[in-house]
Amino acid sequence: MGDLPQLLVSGIAAGAVYALAALGFTLLWQAAGVINFAQGEFVMLPTFAILIAIKAGASLWLAFLIACALAMLVLGVGFKRVVVDPLVRFGVIPLVIATMGLSIGLKNGTKAGYSALAFPVPSAFPSGQLAFGGVSFSYADLGTLLLAGIIVVGLQSFLNRTVTGRAMQAVAQNTDAARVLGIDVQRMVLYTFLINAVLATVAALLIAPSYLAKFDMGDSIGQKAFFAAIIGGFNQTRGALLGGVLIGVLENIVGFYISPAYKEGVALLLFLAVILFRPEGLLGKAEERKV
Amino acid sequence: MRTLIRIAAFLSSIVLAQPLLAQNTPVKIFGLVELSGTGATSGTNFNDGIKLAVKEINAAGGILGRKIDYTSNDTQSQPQVSKALAVKAIDDGAYVVMGPVFSGSILVSMVETRRAGVPNFTGGEAAAITQQGNPYIFRTSFTQSTAMPKVARYLKDTVHAKTVAVIWVNNDFGKGGRDVFVKAIEAEGIKLAADISTDPGQLDFSGAVLKAKEANADALFAYSNEEESARVLRELRKQGYPKPVVGETTLTGQKVIELAGDAANGAVAHVGLTADAPDPGIQAFAAKFQKEYNYKPDHNGLKGYTAMYIVKAVTEKVGKFDQKAFADAMHGIKLSVKQYPGILMDVSFDNNGDLDRESFMTKVVNGKQEIIATLPALSAGK
Amino acid sequence: MTRTRLFMLAVALIAFGVLPFFLKSYGLYLLTLFCVYLMATYGLNLTVGYAGQMSLGHAAFFGIGAYHAAILLKLGWPFLLVLAIAAVACFIVGLALGFPALRVQHHYLAFATLGFNVLVFLMMRNEQTITGGTFGISAIPRPSLLGYSLDGAIPFFYFTYASTLTLVALLWWLLRSPWGRAFAALRDNPIRAESLGINITAYTLLAFAIGAACAGVGGVYFAALVGFIEPAPFHFSWSMTMLLAVIVGGSGRFFGPVLGTVIIVLLPEWLRGAQNWYLAVFGFLVVALMVWLPGGLSSIPDRFARKAAK
Repeated sequence: MGDLPQLLVSGIAAGAVYALAALGFTLLWQAAGVINFAQGEFVMLPTFAILIAIKAGASLWLAFLIACALAMLVLGVGFKRVVVDPLVRFGVIPLVIATMGLSIGLKNGTKAGYSALAFPVPSAFPSGQLAFGGVSFSYADLGTLLLAGIIVVGLQSFLNRTVTGRAMQAVAQNTDAARVLGIDVQRMVLYTFLINAVLATVAALLIAPSYLAKFDMGDSIGQKAFFAAIIGGFNQTRGALLGGVLIGVLENIVGFYISPAYKEGVALLLFLAVILFRPEGLLGKAEERKV
Repeated sequence: MRTLIRIAAFLSSIVLAQPLLAQNTPVKIFGLVELSGTGATSGTNFNDGIKLAVKEINAAGGILGRKIDYTSNDTQSQPQVSKALAVKAIDDGAYVVMGPVFSGSILVSMVETRRAGVPNFTGGEAAAITQQGNPYIFRTSFTQSTAMPKVARYLKDTVHAKTVAVIWVNNDFGKGGRDVFVKAIEAEGIKLAADISTDPGQLDFSGAVLKAKEANADALFAYSNEEESARVLRELRKQGYPKPVVGETTLTGQKVIELAGDAANGAVAHVGLTADAPDPGIQAFAAKFQKEYNYKPDHNGLKGYTAMYIVKAVTEKVGKFDQKAFADAMHGIKLSVKQYPGILMDVSFDNNGDLDRESFMTKVVNGKQEIIATLPALSAGK
Repeated sequence: MTRTRLFMLAVALIAFGVLPFFLKSYGLYLLTLFCVYLMATYGLNLTVGYAGQMSLGHAAFFGIGAYHAAILLKLGWPFLLVLAIAAVACFIVGLALGFPALRVQHHYLAFATLGFNVLVFLMMRNEQTITGGTFGISAIPRPSLLGYSLDGAIPFFYFTYASTLTLVALLWWLLRSPWGRAFAALRDNPIRAESLGINITAYTLLAFAIGAACAGVGGVYFAALVGFIEPAPFHFSWSMTMLLAVIVGGSGRFFGPVLGTVIIVLLPEWLRGAQNWYLAVFGFLVVALMVWLPGGLSSIPDRFARKAAK
């Protein structure tokens, strides 16, 4: 059983990345009613931004900052203005369809406009392992955990402790009431989009070294984020975290002890069970049917 | 005797090719190549190799005076797309079909080229491809049944391994290779310590590598497509895998080294073709390729390039554009670099369409592939 | 339908029927493939256009049909029996999947079908003893009918074409029948339909299951046409593509799927030169369509909006 600690750590590290993407996913849903089927591509695009910046001579961290800025502009402001704002009044479904179209468009646009091949992206952390009581943990996993942890804690305290954060939560809970209270709803929604863009860029930074930058890399992470959000309960930010980590850990354990072939199946079965029997998610409260 | 044949061939080519020369229509060759999907690296290399050869051949006057009109189509690394594209190539009057590279694809698409009697060169290495009595299929690289015994011998003689763990990709290529490999190591008295299957296109190899570590074998044999091989190497490095990592062909390929970065250092593999081979012809090819496409070719680039020159050589030997005669001539043929510089290495084909030539053991040192041994062609030993 | 429109329809059908004489094998293959996908998208149109449900598992049903066909045809079972089994199997799975999902919220059907599609794909890839895994199943025989072999490309095309027409006619009859008018009522105004005593959940479920059965039927023809199957064409991304095809074509319009299927099957071939950009343009086109013509191309987005607000 000496593997278990290592399996847990690398599972939580993988799950933390899913959780970051899932977190953005739930934030968008709460603030703007967007189910973003292009979330995976929102991770893929910053990966290529990082790649291109590095090729142009930037260091990894500078490339990351550039990617962040670009993501906020394109996937934050641009996405909100061009796609979401005109569609939001038609309800959930047209937006879902538009984001599906966006997913296909971004993926194939990257393929046609840049390359269909995979490219290496340097890791933000040193290679090597930390031996600890007979078990060794890789710096990459530990670094991922640390960075993801800081981001999550930072985001939670921003949402709970600052005036802007609270205003954003108010908008997420009840847009009309927030408007009555004099909150600039549009501004708060925009902040949410910007946060989502940054979360996606961080996920890109963490996942690209092992996934490699490729136009279709978003398929997998997008799907995991989606499953994580639903499993945890997608009107709950905590739910996304739980869902992400749960998937990461279960995948590792099932892949190791049972069969790697059905590694992806665990998240899926959990997802289907949640959908069919507890649609509000593990941590969610039942959504009222808006009649 | 040889001169006599050559003169005869030359004369007959003049006589027979006359009407063709008069028309001077380009001869159509189609590439069914993996330009996207999991095989994008292999297919792109293969395709660029072909294109480079076509460009050179056309600049030098074509084949028997006819220019080559080469069209490549993207199979998306999917067998049924490959099959449909094979039908299209035949409709459009293909003289020869090149590709696909993926074993799973060629196994499906070659049914069409065989039915139409169109010679088909493939980059696939699965043993099954040439075991179906198809007279129109020809390889551009070794079959796994030729390559794996060489790897097994290396594991026994050089690594002194008693046990080996295997990480393989579960598709026609990987499964076929794994099966032949397991037989080959058993013949050398090496035990299989862990048998780890992974998926095509898999992203996360932490579980697979952990299992390999757990098995505590003397060496690891990693056999997968390019991108997956790179991810395996990265994960091995991340988890600090301590034992030798050995592969066949893909593991030390140029793109794998590029993708895996430092993690590729130390990996050893048997390769049939490599741009790093100590041979002036191959070096010159690598330089031209680099100049034309701005990247360093891997074995698939060489496969495409040499295959196109083989088409030229054999067509000129036959003296006319006759697909049946071409296929017949291919069986049992021996081609030498002296006579046909474009083929880069002496090569011979047997009656199944399998080829034989020298090969190399390579090791990645400081992000570069180095040749550690040159292995003779099978036929040379006999 | 007016007389002129009927006349035009007849001309179009005949013109399509004589096309094979001007085409080589590959063109024929594409036309047949077009018919195959048409069966599936017509089914999806019933689910999406009439019942207002997003199904993201259509490729899975298509695949279930195809694998049934591959396995049973190779055992030498008669084609029509295989067809019936595949259709019924998909219908039942559709009911089993749709029933719990539709109990809750409406967009949960989309989620459940998405998960279902991923699950089916995994099973196709991993259950090697049954499905052949990534190696697929090859040498699937084409059917013969009343002793007449349909192995050739032209006979098989006409067989598929006739089958597609039959299926589409059946759906047309279904929507026209007194019993089936409920679907149209459901499409036009679900709230009013409910007040008229139509059991919305039952009809929605039925529309979903019939759509699934149509996909299964299409899958059977797909397996026989290609002669080889492996999991890739039944990936979730194909469900998305089919759904977008139906929506772009004009969901809820009877001839919408024809346009949509032309866009996903035939157009890429005609635009082969621009193939790389084709899917990118298609994707952004969907976005543009939603943004600029949300109520324009068809009345569906409006209706969806009402549905979501319900």
